[in-house]
Amino acid sequence: MAYDKFNILKSTAIPLPIENVDTDQIIPARFLKATERKGFGDNLFRDWRYNTDGTPKTDFVLNNPMYTGKILVGGKNFGSGSSREHAAWAIYDYGVRCVVSSFFADIFKNNSLNIGVLPVTVSPEFLAEIYKAIDADANTELEVNLPDQTITLLATGEKETFAIDGYKKHNMLNGFDDIDYLQAMKSEIQSFAKQMVL
Amino acid sequence: MSNTPKTLFDKVWDAHVVKSIQDGPDVFFIDRHFIHEVTSPVAFLGLKNRNVPVMFPDKTFATADHNTPTINQHLPVEDPLSANQLKALEENAAKHGISHWGLGNPKNGIVHVVGPENGITLPGMTVVCGDSHTSTHGAFGAIAFGIGTSEVEMVLSSQCIMQAKAKKMRINVNGKLGKGVTAKDVALFIISQISASGATGYFVEYAGEVFENMSMEGRMTVCNLSIESGARGGMIAPDETTFAYLKGKEKAPKGDAWDTALEYWKTLKTDAGAQFDKELNYNADEIEPQITYGTNPGLGTGITKNIPFASTVKDGEASYKKSLAYMGFSEGEKLIGKKVDYIFLGSCTNGRIEDFRAFASIVKGRKKADNITAWLVPGSHVVEQQIKEEGILDIITTAGFQLRQPGCSACLAMNDDKIPAGKYAVSTSNRNFEGRQGPGSRTLLASPFVAAAAAVTGVVTDPRDLL
Repeated sequence: MAYDKFNILKSTAIPLPIENVDTDQIIPARFLKATERKGFGDNLFRDWRYNTDGTPKTDFVLNNPMYTGKILVGGKNFGSGSSREHAAWAIYDYGVRCVVSSFFADIFKNNSLNIGVLPVTVSPEFLAEIYKAIDADANTELEVNLPDQTITLLATGEKETFAIDGYKKHNMLNGFDDIDYLQAMKSEIQSFAKQMVL
Repeated sequence: MSNTPKTLFDKVWDAHVVKSIQDGPDVFFIDRHFIHEVTSPVAFLGLKNRNVPVMFPDKTFATADHNTPTINQHLPVEDPLSANQLKALEENAAKHGISHWGLGNPKNGIVHVVGPENGITLPGMTVVCGDSHTSTHGAFGAIAFGIGTSEVEMVLSSQCIMQAKAKKMRINVNGKLGKGVTAKDVALFIISQISASGATGYFVEYAGEVFENMSMEGRMTVCNLSIESGARGGMIAPDETTFAYLKGKEKAPKGDAWDTALEYWKTLKTDAGAQFDKELNYNADEIEPQITYGTNPGLGTGITKNIPFASTVKDGEASYKKSLAYMGFSEGEKLIGKKVDYIFLGSCTNGRIEDFRAFASIVKGRKKADNITAWLVPGSHVVEQQIKEEGILDIITTAGFQLRQPGCSACLAMNDDKIPAGKYAVSTSNRNFEGRQGPGSRTLLASPFVAAAAAVTGVVTDPRDLL
């Protein structure tokens, strides 16, 4: 499924300073029963966001009107657990295009890149600086510059570079996905398959 | 051929690279693709929208497991959303000529149980599924890992995915496991030592006497839990135990093809001198029966130990305290004697025949504790049949337990098998995340022995006292 191109994103950020945020929290299994990719944002962080009677939990960050934006800042080992791509869909559908953390779980990182959510890995020190800045001013802005591979705290100008492989970067900049690439390689794949023994 | 010593992982990986993209991932060929009802429908929708066919329908295998009921499977599925996903799987499989073991099929069961038990997974293969516990299949010396739905669509449409090669880690466990210490305990022990993110970025090879002496069921349990330490997957070199398990399985090679395959499989081991990016060593006598007390699988310890103090754990203190608060536990508390409400025996981690044998060996001649609700869910109909044939059903029935029908069940509680809010479950499954087994549920992960000991005593109990 195509997604919007990602170039430079300037936005306020939503802080979620919790470690090991697993994909069961991002979207609980009971909300995985759709056969289409629709409406997952409504259930993003469902059990942290809502009480069992459906009323919002006032102490959860997504229910605090002070914090909005297209960037989510999570703690170490973000996106661990289940491989459900629905977690990345829920984040995208909610309106977030970039997740920042000091450490991502592998499958979540791949899934995000495949659907147009940019995972940005920063140092633990820079992550702490970001939390401090948001804490001081909820309206503080971050700039994520994909062409330059930098993330900047605009209030202070503090900046870090982040890694992304050239192929994935090209895809994100242009809104391409891997399936287009693989479709163009079909005959090569056919010949490869012929020489496989098993 | 180069003479550079290679790891098992290198050998299998390198044999499946169609093309390496400069400054990018490898185009990686997939031998076996499993699909289920939850993570495949959007992929099929993608194929439809792009108007592309399934490239190799005979390399994909569908089974229904995640949201299937575990009672009255002969009746229509009540939940309309689950029924809709099951129907979509059946229709998509039929439309594209993919093998489908749906509800009621004698081969139906949990994808990671039925794949191996039918000989679909073989050494040296690459295996993927839209499910993180695909790592299970690494027990056969395959590279097996979970993928997202976009990647499911890639495999359906091109039999390839784009993957960067992971770093390599070897975990050696030598010595002999003590009484009552199982594969599950070895895996939970490793995760507790390296944390739930300790192997992120790595593919793990398990080596040493403990794994060499382990059954295939045990090896599958260990590899299954690789993802709980963050590893992409785990694998164990195939050996005589592997070959004996596979021989005669329906989809395993036969006759000359078997001999040819066997010759190749015997080359699938790490060469002497091959380099790993990281290597860890443990001794079997460090490991006692394990149990978790927190909300990620890394928060576990020996069953006779106390819950650690926040000041001693590697995870952030705030996250650790949040975790204990969710569980209703306090730092420094003893685990033995804690009240249990539910036990769950099953899942792709511990839903195989050996797990039911272990459970039965403890409950035999005893009775289910009155405060316990027990859900015993075989991993497949084949396991269910074995339970009956081996007399295990009689043992557990006499002890006051019932056997349910196969499926993922309370491991992720997508069907009606939900642990109620606030209740404690000793579970043989793989995740103790908040709400994983039902909103508000509290999970203590452990082996089938520990689950059985809790089932007959009503509290957390050292199974070695009952063996």
